[in-house]
Amino acid sequence: MASAAKRLEAVPGIPAPQIAFDGVTLVLGGKTIIENLSLGVRPGEFLCIVGASGCGKTTALRLAAGLYQPTSGKVNFDGQPMRAPRREIAIVFQDYGKALLPWRTAAGNVSLALEAGGMPSAERPARIEELLRTVGLPGHAGKYPSEMSGGMQQRLQIARCLAQEPKTLLMDEPFGALDAMTRQGLQDEVLSLVAASGATVIFVTHDLDEAIYLGDRVIGLLPHPGRIGIELSVNLPRPRDQLSTREHPEFLRLRRQLFDFVKATEQ
Amino acid sequence: MTANSAKALVLPLAVLAAFEVWARATHLQSDSLAPPSEIVMALFGAFADLSILAATRDTLFSTFAGLAIGTIIGLALGIAFGIFDTLNRLMEVTVEAIRPIPSIALLPIALIALGFGYRMEIVIVAFACVWPVLILSRAAVRSIEPRLMEVARALRLPPAQRVWKIIVPAALPRIFVAFRLSAGIALIVAVTVEIAINPLGLGAGIMLAQQALRPDLMLAYLVWIGAIGYALNVLLVVAQNRLFGRAALSGDGA
Repeated sequence: MASAAKRLEAVPGIPAPQIAFDGVTLVLGGKTIIENLSLGVRPGEFLCIVGASGCGKTTALRLAAGLYQPTSGKVNFDGQPMRAPRREIAIVFQDYGKALLPWRTAAGNVSLALEAGGMPSAERPARIEELLRTVGLPGHAGKYPSEMSGGMQQRLQIARCLAQEPKTLLMDEPFGALDAMTRQGLQDEVLSLVAASGATVIFVTHDLDEAIYLGDRVIGLLPHPGRIGIELSVNLPRPRDQLSTREHPEFLRLRRQLFDFVKATEQ
Repeated sequence: MTANSAKALVLPLAVLAAFEVWARATHLQSDSLAPPSEIVMALFGAFADLSILAATRDTLFSTFAGLAIGTIIGLALGIAFGIFDTLNRLMEVTVEAIRPIPSIALLPIALIALGFGYRMEIVIVAFACVWPVLILSRAAVRSIEPRLMEVARALRLPPAQRVWKIIVPAALPRIFVAFRLSAGIALIVAVTVEIAINPLGLGAGIMLAQQALRPDLMLAYLVWIGAIGYALNVLLVVAQNRLFGRAALSGDGA
């Protein structure tokens, strides 16, 4: 079986993948969570992974983060095997309430990533202010996470991830717990942040519309064990727009295709 | 003072007054009891000649030194055992075998090894303080939100920073509870050592008063030790609320 990574490398003119899964299988507690997954993500690509709950999409993200090691197969980052998490890879967790330090202010939470990167303390405040402004939280530096709304907390987590200056941003259903309006706002902000930084993104979601709206490519996983069931290229113009993109015939066609896929997997 | 705490004082004051009246009416002659008024007078006397202040200084020195040493050792072991499960399993039998030894049972050994004085008392107090801190900080570290540890990994925080910036602050509210427990134990053990053998501090003061057949002074020391213990706890509760009011709240919520 030719891996997607190899296939991508073989095509001239297309850059080598930044993240490459090569025949990755993960067995946890005697259960095969992911089986023979091969997948390449090009630098700057926005890849969305969808699938029913329990299909291993979060696990795939954790493999990409280096938080799990594959039972067999390889995960490579820039051609190097992933043995542990890396500074260039940032993760936005779904449960922002648990991922932020409750005893640190917004500024303190962003500072953690800068401290981990060894930035001298004199340079931190300016950078923190800049990052908080980038995610739309200016003037909230002194607030504790418990004093912020869910959307603000998720923005704060994104700011902390941006502080790592990541080449790759891994997002695990980041907007799953937010209301529809907040979610749409954050979708657009993530798109413009990513466009500005040129980061590669793997975005896990169970919201099919969100996946198509954000992604350059959408992968649907099949459960038990997790493997690729469908792969769609999203050729929608950028910048995307909440109204016109979602009304685009191509959007509707992809949406139908993805819904049919999910429906078929449920039967 | 609120109405409620005023109400709570009514009964003890009534009992004291009744005891005073009874002691006066029967012209109480005892080696173990004294009317409250005489206890208060003895307490004033002990303050006036500074003897109780010197004794308090000696006892609190041993208490706090032992508490500090015991807390540091207990905290280091508790955090290490909480992080490294293998180490914890290796040490579990040892810990559970040593922990039930009453600290005061170490007195003969400590006396031979260190002689009379502060050092011996501090060692015994420290031994008593290690265990609550060890057990509770180990549990606190184990119950840290796993997501926070993943964040630390993803940020590639070096191990020392991981302990200092994530583990300790996350576990601190519960560690402080252990510290409060140990502070109470430290005072009890220090006074016990002084009563049993060490010619220092408040415990020795009680023994001296008893041997001088001064029940009023003996009871004055008891009242004063109670007051110190009470003040210590109040101080720590206030500190806990001020330091961790927010952390305790937001740690559960969100």
